[in-house]
Amino acid sequence: MSALLDALLLRAGYNAALVAVGAGLLGFAAGAAGTFLFLRKRALVSDAVAHATLPGVGIAFILMVALGGDGRSLIGLLAGSAASAALGLLLIEWIARRTRLAEDAAIGAVLGTFFGLGIVLLTVIQTMSAGRQAGLESFLLGSTAGMLFQDAVVIAVGGTLAVVATWLLRRPMTLVAFDAEYAAAMGFDVRRIDLAMMGLVMAVTVIGLKLVGLILIVAMLIIPPVTARFWTERSGRVIWIAGAIGGVSGYVGAALSASAPAMPTGPIIVLSAAALFVLSLLLAPGRGVAAAILRHRRFQARVHRRQGLLALARQEPIREPYTLRLLAREGLIRPDGVPTEAGRAQAAKVARDERRWDIAREVHQDAGLTGRYDGLTPIDRVFTADEIADFDRRLGPPALVEGTA
Amino acid sequence: MTTPATIAASGGQAIDAAPPPDCPLAVRGLTVSYGEKPAIFSVDATFPATAMSAIIGPNGAGKSTLLKASLGVIPRLSGSVTVFGTPIDRARDRIAYVPQRASVDWDFPTTVLDVVQMGLYRKVGLLGRLSGRMRARAQDCLDRVGMADFADRQIGQLSGGQQQRVFLARALAQDADLYLLDEPFAGVDAATERAIIDVLKGLKAGGKAVVAVHHDLSTVRAYFDHVFLINVRRMAEGPVSTAFTPENLNATYGGRLGATHIAEFAQAVS
Repeated sequence: MSALLDALLLRAGYNAALVAVGAGLLGFAAGAAGTFLFLRKRALVSDAVAHATLPGVGIAFILMVALGGDGRSLIGLLAGSAASAALGLLLIEWIARRTRLAEDAAIGAVLGTFFGLGIVLLTVIQTMSAGRQAGLESFLLGSTAGMLFQDAVVIAVGGTLAVVATWLLRRPMTLVAFDAEYAAAMGFDVRRIDLAMMGLVMAVTVIGLKLVGLILIVAMLIIPPVTARFWTERSGRVIWIAGAIGGVSGYVGAALSASAPAMPTGPIIVLSAAALFVLSLLLAPGRGVAAAILRHRRFQARVHRRQGLLALARQEPIREPYTLRLLAREGLIRPDGVPTEAGRAQAAKVARDERRWDIAREVHQDAGLTGRYDGLTPIDRVFTADEIADFDRRLGPPALVEGTA
Repeated sequence: MTTPATIAASGGQAIDAAPPPDCPLAVRGLTVSYGEKPAIFSVDATFPATAMSAIIGPNGAGKSTLLKASLGVIPRLSGSVTVFGTPIDRARDRIAYVPQRASVDWDFPTTVLDVVQMGLYRKVGLLGRLSGRMRARAQDCLDRVGMADFADRQIGQLSGGQQQRVFLARALAQDADLYLLDEPFAGVDAATERAIIDVLKGLKAGGKAVVAVHHDLSTVRAYFDHVFLINVRRMAEGPVSTAFTPENLNATYGGRLGATHIAEFAQAVS
């Protein structure tokens, strides 16, 4: 436990601190850049892009060794992975646009083919004499071992650029994600905006490859925005909340994996993000599961309260025990079932609204407005004050519920 | 004497090779195809200035396709489109489009005011700030469609009619000269239909041109000045009084409209 605390407080040594900060920055960039991919409902494109990096890593390594250099040069490997990811991306776009195949089929085909080719290349490299210590398999699941200051700089600079670009392009990307037809009619080039969005995702994928690994980087792009969506109804805020969630998961995940030997970094980071996702799913106000249950119970109470009050107004007996309990608890009836003063007043109001609705259905024969009558929606949410005043004029003076002073 | 068939084919007027220079929307030889089957074929259309025009025709006749292909939202196989005498791509700032409301996901994380402000995105640019003046303008557009109190609502909470009003407000925010609407009255309540038609008539009174895909033949006379009848090909076009005739409706709808319906819709002609 203290090892974890040390790692969290950046006291676990230079390398661990470097990894934690790097992973936090990467998480922030991935969450922000992934936001529009999620909003555009193209989350799985990122999975294909990530898998499509692998052949590029292999080919770059082989080329660099063949040219007599160090096959492990990070910049070289990243350039190779970016090139093959871009190729995969364009291929998916081309298949979806030019053939009868839908995008999901294109994603499946490209993902499988590129990953297969990448694994073959890695196997070939393993058998090359120079490949013994290549460590390329860390590109699959990510590794913090041997992370250099230079690697952290790549992540920091690349990640910052990705976040800035996401922010700059937020308006066109929001427009295209919400209503691509309207964007096109306005004269925006939807295809170029889509390519820019996926290019951002590709950039984050490439810089995060070494740390998180290509199999799980998709989770860092998608889980944070999906989680952020639980907490806000504004797309602009989804970007920053997703960034924060990604950043925290990256930092905590990297610290956790550094605090115990032989812990894979990528999977721990992803599990940290997943924990935040589950918490949000359950507890978020508005869209969370607990809130939904609570809302349902409040709704049920509203139904019973309304029915009970209508029964009071019509002097009908209330038979349902839950209704009786509810009205008694709210002080609308006495324990013996006789309405209190407050109960009578509310019953009168409810009865009046019912009669207003009757008038409303006479005045507005169209289903659009009167179709909103569900017995529960307050009439002043459907009609304006002057309309209600008009109903009241037709209705005459308020009728009193029996027993009202 | 012209027979009803030739009237139906030409709409009672010769097709101009070149539209008048102030013509808000002129389409020439427009063909759109999904696969090998043209959805619309070699359509010429000329919509008049300061008027409300309806594009009408049966289901699958290519009404929305005509609108979307004119705008370049879907690719055209052939044809050219001019807006106020210039190629459409140089007149984007003068066009506002109201898509079908079912074409978007209303659970998108955005508010009513945000959606209306999307109409300002081209004016604001990438880096510009949405100033207080812009915000006030968006709020004013919401007010014009009777939705001023809904500015901060999440769009998922709106009824169908309210969604349609928000889309109209977004188009108003663009302050365009030509408004293109795809089925603005489809599935909306009567109050919304009245609110929308009031706004559109106000636009016309302000010298704007309105072109709407419309499906309700019973309101054509009350709402529109000009009709364009389409069934894959152009069937007729012209002022409602001369082009919205039983002959043209028959030619456009084939047997799909009963004779009594046609007589009813096209009644005022004689």
